[in-house]
Amino acid sequence: MKRLLIAAPLLVLLALVLVLGRGLSLDPREVDSPLIGKPAPAFALPALHGGEDLSHQTLAREVSLFNVWASWCVACRAEHDILVELGRRPDVRLYGLNYKDQPEDARQWLQRHGNPYRASGVDRDGRVGLDYGVYGVPETFVVDRAGRIRGKRIGPMTWQYVNEELLPLLRQLEAEAS
Amino acid sequence: MSPQTLRLPARGRASRPAGAAGARREMEMNQTIESRRTGLKSGWAQAWRLGFLLLALAAGGAQAWSEADEARWHALNKELRCLVCQNQSIADSHAELAQDLRGQVREMMEAGRSDAEIRAYMTDRYGDFVLYRPPFKPLTLMLWLGPLLMLLLALGLIWHMRRRVAAPAQPGGRAQELEKLLDEVERD
Repeated sequence: MKRLLIAAPLLVLLALVLVLGRGLSLDPREVDSPLIGKPAPAFALPALHGGEDLSHQTLAREVSLFNVWASWCVACRAEHDILVELGRRPDVRLYGLNYKDQPEDARQWLQRHGNPYRASGVDRDGRVGLDYGVYGVPETFVVDRAGRIRGKRIGPMTWQYVNEELLPLLRQLEAEAS
Repeated sequence: MSPQTLRLPARGRASRPAGAAGARREMEMNQTIESRRTGLKSGWAQAWRLGFLLLALAAGGAQAWSEADEARWHALNKELRCLVCQNQSIADSHAELAQDLRGQVREMMEAGRSDAEIRAYMTDRYGDFVLYRPPFKPLTLMLWLGPLLMLLLALGLIWHMRRRVAAPAQPGGRAQELEKLLDEVERD
């Protein structure tokens, strides 16, 4: 009994160290989106390059990626080469949300760095971004054929993420739908 | 044209407009709020909104955004976490997102939404993390009850130890031996 009493504070300390140590290794920026599994919020936005409006229905036609980007966003530049590569793949449908940007700047940015998007919606005042719970551009949503959000990436994509998480998820969703 | 300029705070929301003019005014206000929500952002839309706003003010009986409204707005902002600077509330943060969210809260207040509705709007998009006061549910049980549990544990331990000390030392017990030893040490 006595030994147990002496050991108790140590055990409590150990438990605290484990819990807090785990907390340290988590990234507080990665907030689980409550939107996962829910229908993609409805919107309709003019497309950056004209043509048909971009809406949540456009996304839901096939398994799609919905990438939030802006010309002022430095981190977007970091993931852009990956997006360009992804945009070339015929099995990836990539759409953009041009978030709080000047359309002129956005078009120039795409011209300079390449345009991987089938279309980008112009969200000048960030209203649609707000509905999607965007807080750290770039962000990328995965939308399935039923129009539900199935995945969300906050921050720039890496090849590791693409190969280990994104592409398997896309394949899984494709299989689900067919 | 920055997003902030688009969101002119609609000063002059009457708490309960009376009469036909009031009813019309309320309808107009609803329309302006609606237009803001759909995000029409041409200069024309802004002019249109401004026009309605002036009309609404001219309709009379318009009360300015009251002090109570301001206090309620501030209290709500205080409770919501800014997801960009995560250790600040949206009331304290200068991040653009915080400004947007403050605007959103204000708009929802002007549209007559309750505090609970506004909080639900935020958690629907950003999760419970956006609330500085997390809801009480199984996942947050330890968060809420943990400190109380620790306190009870500590009190129990103290009580247990005090009882031992207070218990009369048995003759020949270890306590007596210890006291003897202490006496000897003190004498040296």
